[in-house]
Amino acid sequence: MTELLVGTKKGLFVLEGEPGTAFDVTARAFPGEPVEYALRDPRSGRLLASVTSPFYGPKIWYTDDPAGDWAQADGVAVPERGDVALERIWVIVPGEADGRLYAGGDPGVLLESRDGGATFELNRALWEHPTRPNWQPGAGGLCLHSIATWPGEPDRLAVGISAAGVWLTDDGGATWRRGNDGLIARYVPEDVPPDQVALCVHRIQRAATRPERLFMQFHGGVYRSDDAGETWTDIAAGLPSDFGFPLAVDPADADSAYLIPLTADIDRVTPDGSLRVYETRDAGASWTPRADGLPLEHAYLTVLREAFDSVGESEGLELYFGATSGAVYGSGDAGASWFDAAVNLPPVLSVAAGEGLTRPGGESRP
Amino acid sequence: MPVVRLRQPLKRLAGDRSEHAIEGATVGELLLELERAHPAASGWILDERGVLRRHINVYVNGEPGRQDTRVDADDRIDVLPAISGG
Repeated sequence: MTELLVGTKKGLFVLEGEPGTAFDVTARAFPGEPVEYALRDPRSGRLLASVTSPFYGPKIWYTDDPAGDWAQADGVAVPERGDVALERIWVIVPGEADGRLYAGGDPGVLLESRDGGATFELNRALWEHPTRPNWQPGAGGLCLHSIATWPGEPDRLAVGISAAGVWLTDDGGATWRRGNDGLIARYVPEDVPPDQVALCVHRIQRAATRPERLFMQFHGGVYRSDDAGETWTDIAAGLPSDFGFPLAVDPADADSAYLIPLTADIDRVTPDGSLRVYETRDAGASWTPRADGLPLEHAYLTVLREAFDSVGESEGLELYFGATSGAVYGSGDAGASWFDAAVNLPPVLSVAAGEGLTRPGGESRP
Repeated sequence: MPVVRLRQPLKRLAGDRSEHAIEGATVGELLLELERAHPAASGWILDERGVLRRHINVYVNGEPGRQDTRVDADDRIDVLPAISGG
């Protein structure tokens, strides 16, 4: 049984099902509120959700039962009495160390939890980085949206900030350095000093079996790094557009990745009214559309950066993504064919796929 | 003493009481003291800067108020979510 945690503009939806058939909505939480992101920590089974009430501000909540009571995590804030307030938590990611979780948000904040998500603490080194005054927000704010952990090495992280680029640490976040060589920002004049170029990274994912490899969707550009994010190589040739937001990487194959291109920054819908996922099996040397079962006519959809995820691996890789139309699409065969997992949800902000939890007797929670 | 009136979910976070008599000279002082007295409500009305959240409205004796609106001992301050959404 696959579990999807679908964050929407109007609450969190827990979906369960088997690939190939429509999923059931088995729980809903935070009705009416924007749920930017939710995940189940596979180590503890705990669910965490980022919710930004339009009235009461951004919070992280956690529970062991999505249909039950949720508790508010402590410490989800920037320092008091400063010039800025926390605007939004974009993503929550399990760390490598026991109980470790990271949350990334706007304005360019990285929060760390050491107790499974009950309390968070601001990463001060990134918050107080001397270049921060030059950081510029993207259209969605100064959002820290990608947190790429390194399997087996808890002190190594790469984070992506729109539009402050890629930041790398090898010492658990005590120090940070840029990782932007090779990125080309076509949206600014070429003579802007390199340290002042706003680098609008849209999404970063690490290849689990070859951790020095990262894939990136940029604001006009698709890149790969084979040196842990120090330098980047353009791999967009063969795509209908190099603009888009989400991407997924096969955890068992560092050469296999998936993108959902959008037409352009001024037209953020699927190209030519056709919904196609693009697959590479050779680390970006070539791209192949995978669209069997997806709408290929009159389909002008927007898929947001956190709305694409996978579970499983190799030929059994399951891929799921949601659109702002409220539809969620899935594949149980690594993109070879697609099905409608859900069609009438509110606008989808995020999708997190997992195996869920199984009760004795095989019945899934909740 | 001015009285701050809350509705859910703020009421629940503030000890499950809807009315709070608080010392203070301005709306902002009352709300800051309210959040101090009830840490569960901290950050729900005022953000980290100490600024009233954009989509929360305050009324002083039924009149729209602001964070710097002065209050007297017999004033009533209602804290309400704005009529906004999408």
